[in-house]
Amino acid sequence: MRPLAERQGAFAGGLLDAARPIPSGLFGPDGQASLKRFSVYRNNVVVSLIEALEAAYPATVRLVGEEFFRAMARAYAVAHPPTSPIMLGYGDGFADFIAGFAPARDLPYLADVARIERAWLEAYHAPDAMPLTADTLAPVAQDVAGSLVFQMHPSLRIVRSRYPALTIWRMNVTDGEPVSVDLERGGEDVLIVRPDVEVEVRSLPPGGLEFVRTLAAGHCLEQATEHAIPIEGFDLAANLAGLLGAGAFIGFVNSRTRG
Amino acid sequence: MAPVVASMASRLGDIPPCAGVGLKAEHYRQIIEHAPDVGFFEVHAENYMGAGGPPHRYLGAIRERYPLSLHGVGLSIGAHAPLDREHLARLSELVTRYEPGLFSEHLAWSSHGANFYNDLLPVPYTRETLDRVCDHIDEVQEVLGRQMLLENPSTYLAFAESTYSEPLFIAEVARRTGCGLLFDVNNLYVACTNQEWDSASYIRDYPLQYVQEIHLAGHKPDRDEKDRPLLIDTHDRLVDAPVWRLFEHVIGMTGPVPTLIEWDANVPAWPQLEAEAARAETILATVRQGEVRRAALG
Repeated sequence: MRPLAERQGAFAGGLLDAARPIPSGLFGPDGQASLKRFSVYRNNVVVSLIEALEAAYPATVRLVGEEFFRAMARAYAVAHPPTSPIMLGYGDGFADFIAGFAPARDLPYLADVARIERAWLEAYHAPDAMPLTADTLAPVAQDVAGSLVFQMHPSLRIVRSRYPALTIWRMNVTDGEPVSVDLERGGEDVLIVRPDVEVEVRSLPPGGLEFVRTLAAGHCLEQATEHAIPIEGFDLAANLAGLLGAGAFIGFVNSRTRG
Repeated sequence: MAPVVASMASRLGDIPPCAGVGLKAEHYRQIIEHAPDVGFFEVHAENYMGAGGPPHRYLGAIRERYPLSLHGVGLSIGAHAPLDREHLARLSELVTRYEPGLFSEHLAWSSHGANFYNDLLPVPYTRETLDRVCDHIDEVQEVLGRQMLLENPSTYLAFAESTYSEPLFIAEVARRTGCGLLFDVNNLYVACTNQEWDSASYIRDYPLQYVQEIHLAGHKPDRDEKDRPLLIDTHDRLVDAPVWRLFEHVIGMTGPVPTLIEWDANVPAWPQLEAEAARAETILATVRQGEVRRAALG
């Protein structure tokens, strides 16, 4: 009798590596080994992981086509099988994998599109929280505004791309309209947040990423402004209004009176 | 540990002995807007282990209108390794939050070492597996504070070291742990075909008295390298005719029990799922009428 631990180790070892001989002692109804039967499990495991990635990265699938995507996803799945039974979170390293995946080198923006999709998925499943509205901030006196520290929405994510990855992503989601894209025209910074049921995906204005990143790190409004102001085109009022409108904040404290 | 008493299962939101449907995100809106007449919905527990967002919103709304059954697919009860305590705690949270009428898991394993394989892998039917599975089920029932149902697997191969038949193994697990059973009649048909077991003798040995739920699903026919039939448990199509016949046969013996239509891949538009559930419901109603008639005759 083969003890269970050893049996499961051998079985698991044969699942992701199709080149390995199948474990001994596994039979068809005639008591003979059957590669085809063990391969059902191999196939179930790998195909289920590929399908999980397909569901999580639909725009990436559209960009490269299903056949290419499945080959790329297979390579990822075999190298990085899930470590948690919660498949909602599977594929968090997929964008980085794509960035290093040689056959996708001709599409340098592909990894960033995948990063947007990943951020979208994380925002979708993030904790719920009620966003601040602009009128909550209205009573704050001008002279203390600079010392406000904002609590960010738990679904908030930011993605920076050297390419127009947001424009490309938009064209490749359901109902996306094709437009011509100039890859040389510069990058896009993206804000992703789910204030209620729908995930919002917005382009950040110049300096917006530095601004929101500094706020998210727990610094006050004045410090965030100092970080962003050297960036050409940064407009504090527009950025603040944009973040409030997107539902990026759920609360604030005055850092001077705190503690 | 003493067997968990059966009465622990009957609490809020009991599942009626009617046809239900596996809940898919594609149908959330349709169900909320049109309130279809089905007995209950069932969800995969792991799909609701995100912190927040639309899945919980919709499930909460559907739970207010329908009985709910919770079906785990990732606990790895058949693994040699101890249960994942964090995962069990998450299941416990879901049970508290949604108060499902039934909770079920599989006689299978899916985790080994650091990896999760996202498939229901088979176990050898040995004394060692039996002890391990019973310990795990005792722990689940203790942590959740309720009885669980154990589902029979669909399998594609057999283990040289097995010393029990599958139905006798399951009977022993149920006897020792006091768990209930989820009888997946499609899995029964798939396993009997693939292993060349006689389904009539399987059913004879299987402890039908513990069955509290039935699953029905579609499978894909294939052949192995010796051209023997090899059925793959795909849940991507209509329930096959022989599975309907086995279902009638089984509920003829158990009486009506909650019966779920599972359709997890190539998910069709809602009306087709509703029609499958209606077909199951018609068969359940026939058995119900037969019982009433027998009771009236005394």
